Amino acid sequence: MANSTVVHSIDGPRGPKPRKMLSRRNIILYGTLLVVAVYYLIPLYVMLVTSVKGMPEIRLGNIFSPPVEVTFEPWVKAWAQACTGLNCDGLSRGFWNSVKITIPSVFVSIAIASINGYALANWRFKGANLFFTILIFGAFIPYQIMIYPLVILLRDLGLYTKLPGLILIHTIFGMPILTLLFRNYFTTIPEELFKAARVDGAGFWGIYFRVMMPMSLPIFAVAIVLQVTGIWNDFLFGVIYTKPANYPMTVQLNNIVNSVQGVTEYNVNMAATLLTGLVPLAIYFISGKLFVRGIAAGAVKG
Amino acid sequence: MNSIEIKKLSLNFGEVVVLKDLDLSIEKGEFLVLLGASGCGKSTLLNCIAGLLDVTDGQIFINGQNVTWYEPAQRGIGMVFQSYALYPQMTVKGNLSFGLKNAGLPKEEIENRVKHASEILQIESLLDRKPAALSGGQRQRVAIGRALVRDVEVFLFDEPLSNLDAKLRTELRVEIKRLHQKLDNTMIYVTHDQIEAMTLADRIAVMRDGLIQQFDTPKKIYNNPVNKYVAGFIGSPSMNFLKGTILQDGKPIFKLEGGLDESPDLSNYKFQESIKAETQVWLGIRPETIVTGDEAKNMPVNFSLEVEVFEPMGADTLVWSQIGGQEFRFMVDGNSSVNVGDRVTVGFDPAHASIFDIDNEERL
Repeated sequence: MANSTVVHSIDGPRGPKPRKMLSRRNIILYGTLLVVAVYYLIPLYVMLVTSVKGMPEIRLGNIFSPPVEVTFEPWVKAWAQACTGLNCDGLSRGFWNSVKITIPSVFVSIAIASINGYALANWRFKGANLFFTILIFGAFIPYQIMIYPLVILLRDLGLYTKLPGLILIHTIFGMPILTLLFRNYFTTIPEELFKAARVDGAGFWGIYFRVMMPMSLPIFAVAIVLQVTGIWNDFLFGVIYTKPANYPMTVQLNNIVNSVQGVTEYNVNMAATLLTGLVPLAIYFISGKLFVRGIAAGAVKG
Repeated sequence: MNSIEIKKLSLNFGEVVVLKDLDLSIEKGEFLVLLGASGCGKSTLLNCIAGLLDVTDGQIFINGQNVTWYEPAQRGIGMVFQSYALYPQMTVKGNLSFGLKNAGLPKEEIENRVKHASEILQIESLLDRKPAALSGGQRQRVAIGRALVRDVEVFLFDEPLSNLDAKLRTELRVEIKRLHQKLDNTMIYVTHDQIEAMTLADRIAVMRDGLIQQFDTPKKIYNNPVNKYVAGFIGSPSMNFLKGTILQDGKPIFKLEGGLDESPDLSNYKFQESIKAETQVWLGIRPETIVTGDEAKNMPVNFSLEVEVFEPMGADTLVWSQIGGQEFRFMVDGNSSVNVGDRVTVGFDPAHASIFDIDNEERL
């Protein structure tokens, strides 16, 4: 009896269970993933190859075929020579406008929202909840309702069509969601840490800059990604609150692509579109890891 | 002079009354433990003393100064938290010096104090590490160090050992006691662990529902609990409570509910005041004061019981049994052989018992 059990344990299964690489489950899983990935990447592929083809090659109509002759002429033209209205200096003007809009907007909105969130999470002042409710309610009011009143407001402030005016608009519209983001993050930081800092004699700003902020880099990364992509990709506010000389890149891209004079230069349009999308893409790749960490923050305790 | 004086302190969270008209005075150099189950208001009281919570009413004095409206940093206190609450992005040195930098102390002074504190706590080799690279015990030591460098009169501990494992807890407990002997400053220590309270305290304040039930030395609280709650909270294993009636027959006699062949004579017990006949009471007796075997037969009270369950704990074995349908626990020597179903004679001296009124649960 005892003998047979010993024999069993030698012959029987032992160690990790072997798994087949090409099981039916794996084939279906990876097959589906592959098809979906290809489906999403095809438009990008078409844009890339079209942007490096010459016009004669495009006219042949084979949009999927790789370029026979690679040329970067369309990229140069999109950046420096494409015409919108009377200006023929390409997207570069829009790019610099967008930079001038995005950097201050991101900085100001995050600075204010993080301080808001910090005050709401840690310094429960009287009426904090009411204030927070109003702020969150703001996120649910449709933009259309606010557009015209804001035009009047900016005009009265003397900021209408000027870049600072648009920066103000982006700061205001970023406030509800960013405040919510920061408040929720700061509430996950143990309260005892905040108490310890108070016993150590740090004040409102001391705790914010020296305790809370250094602990919150992931959430700042999330906010930066959200704001940079959001503001960079914004079209509506850009076209409403600025004038042609101050148009952001997205508005200018639209004007280049939709201009009706002469032939439609598909290669230039594709290059211009890719150029416009490059900044959010770069931001995402640079901060990708931090971004994921910030999104997941709160789910797991460190 | 009293180090800390609390006068008529009240605190409400909205409608909820957490602390009510609380008075407490703590002498200089005293080690006070606030003991109670969770939610009794002990941590809230500590936070009030630290200035982390605004009080609803009342006053707090530290070293004779009314600090009721002072910021935590101005009160001359250092605080140690349960979760250590170390600043994760700073090194140990940064953690220790953060408060001193905020206070605007000169550089050499900060250096000296950090050096001094780290020597006392033996964390010199850890100064350049981040908290994440420390073990639980080391972290708590740094947290104590952060209070130490502030060079304050009063130390506040908020369940500092609750996050540590059992072995480390006993080690650090002794270290805290040593630290107190060396520094000789006032310490207030919040815990729900009655062993910590007994071992550390000069005086214990047992709290319940925002009120101090008893405020006395550990010995007094252990031997003369003022009510049934305190009696049940202090001591491990906890006190036996037997329900019954006191009859006056020339001498007080305890009649156990559920019956006992011979009703015990309670003449040895010191009643606070003379007692009416036919008073319903709880008779409380600690398992460790109960003796067994021949010794028990010489006790004023003795009876025999059947062993139901026993728990060997090494030095002693705790035996669970029943008397008149009521649960009864006692200790026997760890080396004696006990079996389920054995009959054991147990006995005790009523002088070591505590008797509580059945209605208000106050000591009689």
